[in-house]
Amino acid sequence: MKGIIGKKVGMTQVFDAKGNAVPVTVIQAGPCYVTQVRTADKDGYQAIQLGFGETKPQRLTRGQLGHLKRNSLPAVKYLREFRVQGDAGVAEGETIKADVFAQGERVDVIGVSKGRGFAGTIKRHHFHRQPKTHGQSDRERAPGSVGGTTNPGRTFKGQRMAGRMGNDRVTAQNLEVIVVDAEKNLLAVRGSVPGANGGIVVVKPTTRGRR
Amino acid sequence: MHELIKALQAPDRGFPAFNSGDTIKVYIRVVEGDKERTQMFQGVVIRQRKGGNEKNFTVRRIASHNIGVERTFLLRSPRIEKIEVVRKAKVRRAQLYYLRDLRGKAARLKERR
Repeated sequence: MKGIIGKKVGMTQVFDAKGNAVPVTVIQAGPCYVTQVRTADKDGYQAIQLGFGETKPQRLTRGQLGHLKRNSLPAVKYLREFRVQGDAGVAEGETIKADVFAQGERVDVIGVSKGRGFAGTIKRHHFHRQPKTHGQSDRERAPGSVGGTTNPGRTFKGQRMAGRMGNDRVTAQNLEVIVVDAEKNLLAVRGSVPGANGGIVVVKPTTRGRR
Repeated sequence: MHELIKALQAPDRGFPAFNSGDTIKVYIRVVEGDKERTQMFQGVVIRQRKGGNEKNFTVRRIASHNIGVERTFLLRSPRIEKIEVVRKAKVRRAQLYYLRDLRGKAARLKERR
């Protein structure tokens, strides 16, 4: 099993061995605790549950504390499950650090994108702006036509319109791991990662084919 | 700055300080095939951008046939071997883009001593 929960710290750039500048997102990855191993017999599916983000015990409910106490683990704020096939390779109570990933490996990073509120069609669906001139007024960012006339007499379902944007679960696929430092709990991946700085992200091996 | 980001910053290698308008020599490591050599680029600094780890600057030189050549360098790049300040100049702005439109004698800058 491979995977870790972390917190997005921010972006910077590092130089690789050839001297090229590489843009990286820094993730404070782990330490994570294996809070539960789910098995096919008991739970109907195989997964491991990791906990991340140590906090004060009084911030959790008694039920949450009881769940962690079974393996005498510290109070953690976030729990996430990772599906596994076959043997999980870890036992409850173990600690997982950033060194589950190696430099050069490809990973997917899952986060929650920044919320944009109620956004128009230009921002939300990349519609084009309408002309600023030629007798137009107040139509610059309007979406335009949303359907026919008497036939069909309605707007089709799925028509792209303005609405809530962002605050969605987003996966950035196939990112290269650039720096791993288990001592500092540091993981840096090439490129950007969904969400604001300080957001919780999940790092997994990529589902994409390797290049 | 977060301590984890700090841990990834390239070290400040203590090159001599320079400003826009200064004429500098930049010694760059170039890899050709499997051979490495040092190349020199001399010209006028026309701008400096950002700071710290991401600091970069653009050097403009007039190559043969009066063709202007500009190169932008990352100050903390390991490819930069050495920087020398040849001449300091008195300029009244930070971005010297106006030099691009000037030729010959008009493109001279007054020296600051």
